[in-house]
Amino acid sequence: MTDYWNALAGGMLIGLSAAVLVLATGRVAGISGIAGRLLQGVQLAAGAAFVVGLACGPVLFRLLSGQWPEVTLTASWPILVVGGFLVGFGSRMGSGCTSGHGVVGLARLSRRSIVAVATFMTTAILTVYVMGIFA
Amino acid sequence: MTNGNCFRIVASLASGVIFGLGLSLSGMLDPARVRGFLDIARDWNPSLAFVLGGAVAVAAVGAVVARRMRKPLFDERFHLPATSVVDRRLIAGSAIFGIGWGMVGLCPGPALASLALGLPATFLFVAAMFAGMTAYDRLEVARSWLRKSPRDAGQVT
Repeated sequence: MTDYWNALAGGMLIGLSAAVLVLATGRVAGISGIAGRLLQGVQLAAGAAFVVGLACGPVLFRLLSGQWPEVTLTASWPILVVGGFLVGFGSRMGSGCTSGHGVVGLARLSRRSIVAVATFMTTAILTVYVMGIFA
Repeated sequence: MTNGNCFRIVASLASGVIFGLGLSLSGMLDPARVRGFLDIARDWNPSLAFVLGGAVAVAAVGAVVARRMRKPLFDERFHLPATSVVDRRLIAGSAIFGIGWGMVGLCPGPALASLALGLPATFLFVAAMFAGMTAYDRLEVARSWLRKSPRDAGQVT
């Protein structure tokens, strides 16, 4: 039960973060977009500030709760490399990821984002299913 | 540095911290749990639906307020995507993204936030992710160059 409350409260914080960014700077809180602009050297200071803040989040969580957030990462290194590459390539090609399309896009009822979320949810679910067969 | 620029940087930092805290509290940082959410055919863990629901609900309030403002607080105008065209690029890109997300259980936000935990696996994933982003951008540059100068590229028009 605590799981669900924490999930809901954490989700609301993510939504709040998106609201703060759009109301203050007029931009979408899409991580792939922000990271991509950083790599291209566009909007450098604001993007770097966001990413530094992002990495401070778990540290703040540690200070408030006394423990690090749980991270169980068991993937082998070839899976990490291929998966990471596909996540980077696909999020640039599809103009967004779980945050940009999934949170901000759905909140704005963007047609593109609704299609994007339906598409990546489907392929992600299929991927986990297929990998489970061979595990 | 102008005042507006300074406020934008502070607001971006604050937004990042809140985002990272939200990811930590919600369980989104844990790839095992994310994959559990995606595993609908076997041992489904529905908790991440609450993350998305809570996030979209609050972000929607922000979107409604933004629509009533002429401009954001610290910028001259809104920089929101204007296009609503659903094309092959959007669908193919999202499909590729989903495969990578399903393989590892990490998407860009949680991957960057969990760098703070110092796990070598996360650094490897982020390096590969940056390589993927750069690879796509290079490909786009090459493609637009081909489109602009078909004769130079050896294509018969």
